[in-house]
Amino acid sequence: MRSVVLFFFIVLFSTNSFSEAEAILKFKSAVDETRYNALIAELRCPKCQNQNLADSNAGIAIDLRNQVYSMINQELSDKEIVDYMVARYGEFVLYKPANNAGTFLLWYGPLILLVIGLCAFILVIRSNRKSDRKGNE
Amino acid sequence: MRKWLVFLPLFVFVVLAGVFFMQLGKDTQYMPSALINKPVPNVSLINLETNQIVNNDDLPKEPYLINFWGTWCPACSIEHDYLMDLSEQGVPIVGIDYKDETQAAIKWLEERGNPYSHVLLDELGNFGVDMGVTGAPETFVVSSAGDVVYRHQGVVDSAVWKTMQEYFK
Repeated sequence: MRSVVLFFFIVLFSTNSFSEAEAILKFKSAVDETRYNALIAELRCPKCQNQNLADSNAGIAIDLRNQVYSMINQELSDKEIVDYMVARYGEFVLYKPANNAGTFLLWYGPLILLVIGLCAFILVIRSNRKSDRKGNE
Repeated sequence: MRKWLVFLPLFVFVVLAGVFFMQLGKDTQYMPSALINKPVPNVSLINLETNQIVNNDDLPKEPYLINFWGTWCPACSIEHDYLMDLSEQGVPIVGIDYKDETQAAIKWLEERGNPYSHVLLDELGNFGVDMGVTGAPETFVVSSAGDVVYRHQGVVDSAVWKTMQEYFK
């Protein structure tokens, strides 16, 4: 029992030290900190491609996190930071793809398919009703 | 009209199956460089041998390679012999010593030979970020106009060089 309690405390305090390691970053405001966390969650690590910058421990992800941090402290806007990354690593680094002509199908394809499906659904129901009525007559 | 509609799902399935089949076996890690057909970003790096700052104007005027390497990178030691071959053939290679220690780099080049026309130090990896590098080794082909025309991630060997040569013409 005692060892279980001990284990519990070890786990508790070890996670605490992790969060403290992150807290070393000092921001000018709470808004900046939120922006930082949002940006590193939304930018994809170019090395380990199924992770975002926040999750990845690859060298390049650490560098890019630091870059985002310093750009936020230089009071650059989110758009400027994202543009900086896209200029170097391509639209590939965006987990939230840009909304432009090239990504039109990506954003609106599902909606278009849904509309087509709904139209087909309505048409089939209508024609079934018609044939039902004919059958009743 | 009706009969044709019945085959629509099959048609969509065949098209999708075709698209997915074409993607099979492709390198999932492959990522095109965002710099293709764009000029080499601003260079302001220290030359390992001369300790002078090197700018874009100091880089070769003919087509050349930019090779990111580091003594910490195991694949770079595999690649090194082939780079020596290339430099003997007269291919200008600008080496970027990426996130490395200068002393280790000097020792590496003394022991294995120096295939580079310039060895530039990018200790913090800032130039690497400007070039969109994700690690080492990475090699770029730069045209005589100073534009990046090709990027290869990983070891350069004779097969890769064959592709690169096309961009040298």
